[in-house]
Amino acid sequence: MSIQSALTLGPARGRGRGDVPADAGPVETGAAERSDEDRRVVRRRLGPGRRLRGAFWIGPALLLAAWSLGSVTGLISPAILTAPWDVLAAGRTQWTEHDLLDDITASLRRSGLGLALGVAAGTVLAIASGLSRTGESLIDGPIQIKRSIPTLALIPLFIAWFGIGEEMKIVTIGLISMIPIYVNTHNALRSIDGKYAELAETLDVSRARFIRHVVLPGALPGFLLGLRFAVTSALLGLVVVEQYNATNGVGHMMALAENYGQTDVIVVGLVLYGVFGFLADTGVRLVERKVLGWRRTLEG
Amino acid sequence: MAPHAGGLTPAEIDPETGAAGPVGSVGPAGPAVRVRNLHRSFNRAGGVLNGLDLDIAPGEFVALIGRSGSGKSTLLRALAGLDRDVRGHGQIQVPDAVSVVFQDSRLLPWKRVLDNVVFGLRAADAKQRGRQALAEVGLAGKERAWPTELSGGQQQRAALARSLVHQPQLLLADEPFGALDALTRIKMHALLRRLCEVHRPAVLLVTHDVDEAIMLADRVILLDDGVVGTDLRTDLRTDLRTDVEGRPQADPAELEQRRTELRHVLLEALGATGEHLGSDFIAPGKRRAS
Repeated sequence: MSIQSALTLGPARGRGRGDVPADAGPVETGAAERSDEDRRVVRRRLGPGRRLRGAFWIGPALLLAAWSLGSVTGLISPAILTAPWDVLAAGRTQWTEHDLLDDITASLRRSGLGLALGVAAGTVLAIASGLSRTGESLIDGPIQIKRSIPTLALIPLFIAWFGIGEEMKIVTIGLISMIPIYVNTHNALRSIDGKYAELAETLDVSRARFIRHVVLPGALPGFLLGLRFAVTSALLGLVVVEQYNATNGVGHMMALAENYGQTDVIVVGLVLYGVFGFLADTGVRLVERKVLGWRRTLEG
Repeated sequence: MAPHAGGLTPAEIDPETGAAGPVGSVGPAGPAVRVRNLHRSFNRAGGVLNGLDLDIAPGEFVALIGRSGSGKSTLLRALAGLDRDVRGHGQIQVPDAVSVVFQDSRLLPWKRVLDNVVFGLRAADAKQRGRQALAEVGLAGKERAWPTELSGGQQQRAALARSLVHQPQLLLADEPFGALDALTRIKMHALLRRLCEVHRPAVLLVTHDVDEAIMLADRVILLDDGVVGTDLRTDLRTDLRTDVEGRPQADPAELEQRRTELRHVLLEALGATGEHLGSDFIAPGKRRAS
């Protein structure tokens, strides 16, 4: 039935038809007036629609399939990109002979600590600058200046300040991941409807409770978006800082492999970074879906 | 202009004690709200409020009407203490416990209904009182719902519950039913009237709607040129109308006549003369404007 003809039906008749369940029995063309036929009017869907199960994994799985297919058919020569199974073999060698597990835990520890530092600093600064004009005048400018200076270019300076050990690495990762947290949290915080602040004022709410019950939940969507960027920034920083005087870590493994021309080991490192990033992002998105359940958006 | 000037009939209720009945834990004497010589202006050119005086007795239900831009909301926001950035001077006295109901429900979308109702309530039995308040406004069972899952009327009822849970001595309502459909409005009127009879806060209700004002309030005041222009006791509360022997007396015809009378006077004061305007003077579009 076309939408137009459906609209010409009386409202009562149209509504009655709409109530029939979707899995009604087979259509009996003869019994037009009283049948179980479902003749609802359905508009074209413009949103993304219902959620697919395991949708997160489909894209990466297809990518892996294409890579494997390319390697099997010889479309991708090993000189350009090592085949997946060779990468797996190289990974196994690294695991048994070069303590890959130690590299992984060292890298995760560095990025985890740096990320925690960056998230904490970014959030605190965003709230201070978002809720107070003094804070804004003190904090926002320097952060914008910092944004335009590549953190990686600061590494020589950090080596002078913090030495060439772990501190320098963690501080660098912290600074890199702080920026997206700050920018997105600050932006979301400032986008909170001023009416809610007014309401809180009429309810005589303390500043601490206002932050906890209005500001933080209101800025949470922005914070989580910032967190997704921050997680990947932290991994990005990892690659670079582990080139400096590291004795372990995935970046260190890749730097060595580069020296010895072991392409397969480099790809092992790349795959590991990819897996870390993907898992972390998936984790943040799951949290997002859980804690932002109150929203009625296209996310669904 | 002095308060109560322009009344149709001399006030039958003592203005100091307000409407009959218990007045709760308000101070022993004196009005709940006392405003003297209140001036407010948004620019140098002219004032919105120009030396306004107003008293509201404990437990008294006052409706505030006036044309758009007459300063209704400005006065309400001044009483609510929400006009920090507005120029002006004057004296304002309000009780300690003041609740505000806005035109929009202002429920925090990230808090469930019960958590919204008890937001800002510092009491050991907050949740219990919140549940009770929700039941009172007919929202029992919606405690765990998200605000977006409620209809407009339900959201506004939740907002009412949130304001009542603080046991206000003064309830300020800024067109609380302005965004609701006609049928929901009627239900909300009855609910608000009932809640006010139980909790007896002094009420200042800002509205565009003359009929709403007459239906709900003990007293209707009209803002004109930044002062109280007209001040009428509606004298429609059946529980307050008694015959010489003190028995309740409510002659429907008499009440209806009184309503018509009030409406006529108020519409005239608003500048809407001419019988053809009838009850539809306040057009639906105008009702929704804030």
